[in-house]
Amino acid sequence: MGTRECGHTGAMSSPTKGEAGLTGQWRTSRPVVDHEKCTASKAGKTVCMQCWTYCPEAVIPKQVPIEIDMDYCKGCGICEEVCPAHAITMEAE
Amino acid sequence: MGKDEDSKFLIITGNQALALGAKLCRVQVISAYPITPQSPVTETLSHYVESGQLKAEYVNVESEHSALSVCIGASTAGARAFTATSANGLAYMCEVIHWAAGARLPIVMGCVNRAMAAPWNVLNDQQDSMSQRDAGWIQIFCRNNQEVLDTAIQAFKIAETVYAPVMVCYDGYLLSHTVMPVEAPTQEQVDAFLPPYRPHTILDPENPKNINQVTLANPRLDERGVMCHGYMELRFLLEEALESARDTIVAVGKEYEEAFGRSCGGMLWEYRAEDAEVILVAAGSLASEASMAVDALRETGIAAGVVGVRVYRPFPKEELREALRDARLVLVFDKSLSYGNEGPICTDLKAALYGSESMPPVQGHIAGLGGRDIKAREIEAATRKALQNLEAGITTKPTEWLNCHI
Repeated sequence: MGTRECGHTGAMSSPTKGEAGLTGQWRTSRPVVDHEKCTASKAGKTVCMQCWTYCPEAVIPKQVPIEIDMDYCKGCGICEEVCPAHAITMEAE
Repeated sequence: MGKDEDSKFLIITGNQALALGAKLCRVQVISAYPITPQSPVTETLSHYVESGQLKAEYVNVESEHSALSVCIGASTAGARAFTATSANGLAYMCEVIHWAAGARLPIVMGCVNRAMAAPWNVLNDQQDSMSQRDAGWIQIFCRNNQEVLDTAIQAFKIAETVYAPVMVCYDGYLLSHTVMPVEAPTQEQVDAFLPPYRPHTILDPENPKNINQVTLANPRLDERGVMCHGYMELRFLLEEALESARDTIVAVGKEYEEAFGRSCGGMLWEYRAEDAEVILVAAGSLASEASMAVDALRETGIAAGVVGVRVYRPFPKEELREALRDARLVLVFDKSLSYGNEGPICTDLKAALYGSESMPPVQGHIAGLGGRDIKAREIEAATRKALQNLEAGITTKPTEWLNCHI
């Protein structure tokens, strides 16, 4: 069955989770969270949340403890860069 | 014939004919940047809008790139969009010319054919639109101002049927600034001919979509698990649309003739070509000039005829094979050049004839670059010369430059 079945005339997709495929496969390094250092984890509530604010892929939910969705995290390292507690470290895949 | 009693004859330029055509099509968004010789198109349309004769958004922009970009946005959102340009302005649009076709937007653009710089030259040849021939636009050439008006109206119907943009090409100054009698249809006639525009994808805030998002090499499943086009499948569909446009162009032309009593031809138009042994091929107003040369040649007993390339993209391959089947000699007059090769019409025509039953010798000519005048007697002389060569057994000669004094 060919792609004609999709019925699209031009390129389009729905803005939903995973609409661009498993983009986590693009990652060359992964963020590892040290919850001993994470401000939110230590406080037990959603304070700080700089990683949630800055993540361009929205793969960090606003919750305690934070849990990064590795299916779609591209490994850009912005969370490591913005974390004021230095609780996130990028490690090679 | 469905001629309306209220239709009227006007004495107008090609530019005015194009603007009037756009107005009669009730274009909803116009965005254009003035450039010689296209400027009077923008002036006329802005006058229509400002004086309330046309209910449309006229978006002023700082460049041709922005002008076509505005049309892309408007057409995506469901508005009938129109622009016009010439030469360097068309080149400045280049990136978004490809975008409009790839996005399958039925935008209509007037291309008032003008020479490309350097050096600066505002006069006519067809290098500008020819340089954009591979972008996925339908390109239609007009012979006179009546055809400019009629083609503009047909262009929207063609574009909105196959979902591909259409370039209405006509020669700068020779048509753009020359007044001719033009029969203008009434608004009611055009409304009956051209239904409102319906985009291929309806934008719906309740069901948001990413349009023309990054589309990589391979097809992939969408969120519903349906396999969607990759880049290559979308490009196949664009090619399919251009190929299918042949039938649409002919059908729309016939429908137009029934409704308005006038025909611009289908993919080609012909003049005394039926029994011709020598066929002259050209596009635009040059093809009209060639008709006069044909009359003169016929008076001296040479069975000559003209086959005008009305539609350049999609290229009329089958139609040319048929039209040139009985020709002993074909002369092509290109007003542009693929540097390092030959005239683009000449190349395409030869490719179309390859493998056909009769493969007449084809003599290419470059003519009229940068407004160099082309007289009927020069076309006539070139034809006699090519015939003499043929009689002498010479069938392959390099491209001739007509009236070039180097």
